[in-house]
Amino acid sequence: MTWSYPVDPYWMVALKALLVVVGLLTAFAFMTLIERRLLARFQVRMGPNRVGPFGLFQPIADAIKSIFKEDLVVERADKVLFVLAPLLGVVFALLAFGAIPFGPPGSFFGYSPWVVNLDLGLLYLFAVSEMAIYGIFLAGWASGSKYSLLGSLRSSASLISYELGLGLALLAPVLLVGSLNLNDLVNWQKENGWLLLYAFPAFLVYAIAALAEAARTPFDLPEAEQELVGGYHTEYSSIKWALFQMTEYIHFITASALIPTLFLGGWTMPVLEVPYLWMFLKIAFFLFLFIWIRATWFRLRYDQLLRFGWGFLFPVALLWFLVTAFVVALDLPRTYLLYLSALSFLALMGAVLYTPKPVRKGGGA
Amino acid sequence: MTLKALAQSLGITLKYLFSKPVTVPYPDAPVALKPRFHGRHVLTRHPNGLEKCIGCSLCAAACPAYAIYVEPAENDPENPVSAGERYAKVYEINMLRCIFCGLCEEACPTGAIVLGYDFEMADYQYSDLIYGKEDMLVDVVGTKPQRREAKMTGKPVKVGYVVPYVRPELEGFKAPTERRKP
Repeated sequence: MTWSYPVDPYWMVALKALLVVVGLLTAFAFMTLIERRLLARFQVRMGPNRVGPFGLFQPIADAIKSIFKEDLVVERADKVLFVLAPLLGVVFALLAFGAIPFGPPGSFFGYSPWVVNLDLGLLYLFAVSEMAIYGIFLAGWASGSKYSLLGSLRSSASLISYELGLGLALLAPVLLVGSLNLNDLVNWQKENGWLLLYAFPAFLVYAIAALAEAARTPFDLPEAEQELVGGYHTEYSSIKWALFQMTEYIHFITASALIPTLFLGGWTMPVLEVPYLWMFLKIAFFLFLFIWIRATWFRLRYDQLLRFGWGFLFPVALLWFLVTAFVVALDLPRTYLLYLSALSFLALMGAVLYTPKPVRKGGGA
Repeated sequence: MTLKALAQSLGITLKYLFSKPVTVPYPDAPVALKPRFHGRHVLTRHPNGLEKCIGCSLCAAACPAYAIYVEPAENDPENPVSAGERYAKVYEINMLRCIFCGLCEEACPTGAIVLGYDFEMADYQYSDLIYGKEDMLVDVVGTKPQRREAKMTGKPVKVGYVVPYVRPELEGFKAPTERRKP
């Protein structure tokens, strides 16, 4: 099954790209505030509420502060890479968002509500969002500081451990839909039901790996404030540090937008379909979920993350990929996948409710 | 660590998300103090209006920080200031030296000096932190900087605390009271 999409004129694409960049930067600024307020409430505090009503001008105050602070360049740093690293990170983080559709064609003042419609949309997304790791890695390398280097090493090692699971988890929906185009994925889900129902294990693995990709709390080893004094951005100050925060939050927002696009029907909804509303609601839900998780869970140890990535995420994603491939290759009814997916959900619920006796042994995640 | 524990922990944090923050937004809202808080001293009076202080200087002797200076004088029998033979002509406490230990209160034979609740005494000059009788007698509301500000703005003194009740030793002292919710 194929869908065709209108092609927008170049000036419109440029305008939409500008809109996405401005929108993402604004969203970043306010996400910092929202996250701080929410974390504060989770911890029975009030959070920043002094600047403006409800602290709404806090992001502006923060921006002014980080621009006018002294911009230090460490003496032993690799000067070129030191400046280049935060820029790389932010550019690649911003690039990733453009392919995500927010509504049906023609719903953006007669144009399409996405910046580009790429046939290899998913591949492009992963290519650019993984490139952002270079920002982190180069920052750690160029700083000439052991803490920074440790942070960026952790980031590279964790990249290897979760990326396999992440990539394999996405193969299942791609096989089912038969396309890498994000619009195709959304349209397929509109016709056949959400991919969550067909690929629950893949959804689970992807959601967990997305947390790791955005370097959010259970997997925020590269930063690890308590251990590494901020990890890869230990030596950064002023606007360069702010750029790293920007990178991180944009990854966070992109991940929260990708999960619904891939598994929860994107902008579609079975009832009451409004182009933008549901997409924004779904993004907001995942943003909240990630903040909630940050407020609750602990950070995995380095070896635990590797073990978790290789020992759980990778096999589960591989297994589900094989099951899906089997169903697609033999042209079996897709309902089999529905049943299997429901079964895996029940298995997860069983694992949550079942409490084994605590075993005291060395090591182990 | 089990999956169940992870799920339960999420429930716990969610419960706290919807609870009221424990933060006291202090300058905006008053601090709830305990009735026996050790704050700025109060020189109390007898119900008939005579000062309790008889100028004996026992408080100055008891003071570990040497913060108190008392200069007694004989009472005029026709028009007495205090209930004894003598009264405190000068009674000064250096709030920069005072450690708010309450030993003066324990040493006082007539219960004249009692530690009250005011704590907002930050000021600009050393001399302003030496509190005399006119700053500590029981009918004075607020501290020196607070009263100065009230005088300049023309508004009443705004004190930054509430207490559940005023303890009886602070005879005649007025403080904003609020019954603490159980």
